[in-house]
Amino acid sequence: MSAPPKLRIATVSLAGCFGCHMSLLDIDEHVFDLLQRVELDRSPLTDLKHCGPCDIGLVEGGVCNSENVHVLREFRAQCKTLVALGACAINGGLPAQRNHLDVGRCLSAVFQSRPGMDTAEVPDDPELPLPLDKVHPIHEVVRVDYFLPGCPPSGEAIWQFLSDLLAGRTPRVAYPILHFD
Amino acid sequence: MSQDPWASAVADTVGEFAARPEYLLQMLIRLQEAENWLPPEALTALAAALGLPRARVEGVAGFYSFLHTRPVGRYRLLFSDNIIDRMLGSQALMARLCHTLWLAPGQVSEDGLVSVDVTSCTGLGDQGPALLVNGRAIARLDEARIDRIAELIREQQPLDAWPADWFRFDDNIQRRDALLACPAQPGDALQAALAMGRVGWLAQVHASRLRGRGGAGFTTAVKWQACRDAPNPDKVVVCNADEGEPGTFKDRVLLNSHADLVVEGMTLAAWAVGARRGFLYLRGEYRNLRPALEAVLARRRTAGWLGAAIGGVAGFDFDIEIHLGAGAYVCGEETALLESLEGKRGTPRIRPPFPVTHGYLGRPTVVNNVETLAKCCLIALQGGAAFAATGTPQSAGTKLLSVSGDCARPGVYEFPFGVTVRQVLDACGADDTLAVQVGGAAGITLAPYEFDRRIAFEDVPTAGAFMVFDNTRDMFEVAHNFVHFFAHESCGFCTPCRVGTAMLADTLDKLAEGKGSAVDLIEIEDLDRLLKQASHCGLGSAAPNPVMDGLQKFRPAYERHLMHADFAPAFDLDGALRRARQITGRDDAAAHLPQHQEPQP
Amino acid sequence: MSRPEFLLDGVAVPFDEGQMILEAGRAAGRYIPHLCWHPDFPPHGSCKLCVVKVAGRHVSACATPARAGAEVESDTPEINAERRMLLQLLFVEGNHFCPACEKSGQCQLQAMAYDLEMTTPRFRHFYPDRPVDASHPEVLLDFNRCIYCELCVRASREQDGKSVFALTGRGIHKHLAVNAESGRLADTDFSADDKAAHICPVGVILKKRVGFAVPIGERTYDRAPLHTVAMPKSEDDA
Repeated sequence: MSAPPKLRIATVSLAGCFGCHMSLLDIDEHVFDLLQRVELDRSPLTDLKHCGPCDIGLVEGGVCNSENVHVLREFRAQCKTLVALGACAINGGLPAQRNHLDVGRCLSAVFQSRPGMDTAEVPDDPELPLPLDKVHPIHEVVRVDYFLPGCPPSGEAIWQFLSDLLAGRTPRVAYPILHFD
Repeated sequence: MSQDPWASAVADTVGEFAARPEYLLQMLIRLQEAENWLPPEALTALAAALGLPRARVEGVAGFYSFLHTRPVGRYRLLFSDNIIDRMLGSQALMARLCHTLWLAPGQVSEDGLVSVDVTSCTGLGDQGPALLVNGRAIARLDEARIDRIAELIREQQPLDAWPADWFRFDDNIQRRDALLACPAQPGDALQAALAMGRVGWLAQVHASRLRGRGGAGFTTAVKWQACRDAPNPDKVVVCNADEGEPGTFKDRVLLNSHADLVVEGMTLAAWAVGARRGFLYLRGEYRNLRPALEAVLARRRTAGWLGAAIGGVAGFDFDIEIHLGAGAYVCGEETALLESLEGKRGTPRIRPPFPVTHGYLGRPTVVNNVETLAKCCLIALQGGAAFAATGTPQSAGTKLLSVSGDCARPGVYEFPFGVTVRQVLDACGADDTLAVQVGGAAGITLAPYEFDRRIAFEDVPTAGAFMVFDNTRDMFEVAHNFVHFFAHESCGFCTPCRVGTAMLADTLDKLAEGKGSAVDLIEIEDLDRLLKQASHCGLGSAAPNPVMDGLQKFRPAYERHLMHADFAPAFDLDGALRRARQITGRDDAAAHLPQHQEPQP
Repeated sequence: MSRPEFLLDGVAVPFDEGQMILEAGRAAGRYIPHLCWHPDFPPHGSCKLCVVKVAGRHVSACATPARAGAEVESDTPEINAERRMLLQLLFVEGNHFCPACEKSGQCQLQAMAYDLEMTTPRFRHFYPDRPVDASHPEVLLDFNRCIYCELCVRASREQDGKSVFALTGRGIHKHLAVNAESGRLADTDFSADDKAAHICPVGVILKKRVGFAVPIGERTYDRAPLHTVAMPKSEDDA
């Protein structure tokens, strides 16, 4: 019996800290198992800039700016299964702590009002993505198939979750590996 | 001693109500009359005078829509926002008034003179659009009247100088039957019941098979008997005149023109259960009726039909006081009403125990609807068997219907139970009818294939609302309006209703804005099911009714609001960048986001 | 004489007349989820997490008297899905950011979500703006996490005799108020020794300067799940 074809996986960090990606690397020797069964498409690990057709997309981080929206939409369009990975993708997480602040005042506080910045302008380069007025979890912008909580989810949780997905089992994350922190 | 400007107003108010904490809501209503709102120091002074924790007073003041803990205009105008008022043009009239007064809805004018906002159905659907000005209702609004109102406000004319006939309600009685044609004089029914003795009278009520007209349809005699048999001898009778169900107004007509029947019904209930104390809980929207009701009570005291030894029967002592509500639909639920009567937040209680054993201040209490009590007079006059012989076997007697919406003759119709929806539509002159909402927002939406169904507890039960929608109407918009009503009126006690009604309203907003997708219909159905099954009281469990019926019977009206995408965000993506565009001064293509996903190459 | 019994998920549970389903189940070692119920107080019935199905109706187990012969469904896919949805609504109603919360690992809302395997809040977040009250020298109030169980309201009123807390507002705008015209906890007679200071099941009422004292892995719900901790044999109720 020949080995099953490899599944294509893409990963990305939106408004996140890459902690979930670090945790993905924390699956230790399972990295070898994983690489036997998957090949990576767009990911910080491949440095590919766009996502091709994939079986699984892992999205870390919430949606804080217009670029996040475009990238997330690309992932949704290209990935058969889309996974929200970690606290920020699931409820906005730490970046969403700004949600009770006015984003305009945030920008002017950072770029104009700080000592030594009195004459500065808020950057208006079209290359820069504009921030949304609030940070949103990814399920508020696209349809999401699975959620793996944690800040970050442990390597153990990620490995179990991916093993389920690769084997075609409905992923189940339960006590004690289910954590919101 | 502090020179608190509120000290004397508070002392007067507290004195008027004998410093009894169960009158807290009544005191707050009275205290608010001074400034039109309740400043923090007023609440502090009131709490101190009553020896209550201030937080409790704040909790009550914060619960009721008509109590204001932030400044409102000296003229506070609230447009009735039921779908029927909207169909009669209320939104355009409100916009006209706001425009004339240079005002945005919900805001207070800079000089503090006026504020304009919306409120739940004011019970004037047959003569709308309607509004409340400082709590007093004005019906039959049109552009001329709105313009005149703006002038009166600008001239700062006191309400007593406004045209008095504006504040009068029309009855619009379109069909009379046993109750509305009852020729009895005040006291006739009571005399008949007194002659039967307490036990004999209760037996007649049993024989009548009278069921509650408030919607639930509980057998009145069973309720009375349970109250009478409860061990505590200190019984209470409450008339539930908190007619808040959108689209209903028949109790308003009974209180306006047949108040003697209502009060006599309360007295008949007191005779059966042995009560000495009675309350008429009048919704705040009907406070125009209060002076006339007080006059009826006074007249009946003089005549010996209220007070000590009623009808000359030693030991039959009973009197009634009127309590005002303050803008809380949930207080129509009997245990929430009792909480409100006790001066608390109108949160429905856990049952059991039931009010018949533990009601007002823990005393055995019967709570009956206005119409139910009035019907008791017919039973006393004709006997239980004669009453039971009318209507249908499971729904004895007649039913008052409040007919409004797309028909030639809106108003109150009294029909024997068992009348078909089609017969009512014919009587009120409705053509080309798309749907009828029976029982109010909490009721049932009927499609034309159901118009041969009967108004009866065993088929289409109703507290009285009968709203007609013709083929020009969008049943999605009807349900959208009702869901916002429930979200506004949820007391917030239980999780499913507090969050679920808000979420449902948000989701319908999303559809209304054209951002809906197939996923949203699934979410709506899940929320509906949760509300129906897990809510603490009838408000939450009825809240999804219009949407559940709508999705079943008028699904295309919902589907019309869906995009073809399998999912769409609820929030406005491009709008979410507006603030950043403003602060950066950008308006390039990359500074915008399309709401929908672009097709992939 | 033998005590009457009802069936909880098919298992016979004895009860005393007047006892509620939740209490009777608990006494028999059977856990029914709950957040607003507490052994020291009468049933409240607001959180609805204790919903069970009896004769086709969904009722609060904390406030529904047990009846002989009744068949009660609790730990079933249908009822647990209903509970999960209630949790999801609670999570999106407030601002529940567990990684930044010092109650994490000791929070009943979070532990309940673990028990019921809630992996997503599913709905849109309301992200309400609820400023914290740090005025009191010993205790911080973070209203972002309030679930309106009213345990602090009840404890302060009934056990501390103070009525420091009450609810005001209505519907989705309902919120906790403190007993001071300023609205500041520092202006009340609240004390960190009050029963109300220690009863919050989530992270609203927090003692200052002791946050994150227990390392991750050793916190209450790291060591045992809620359905074990919440039972009477645990040290919490000792």
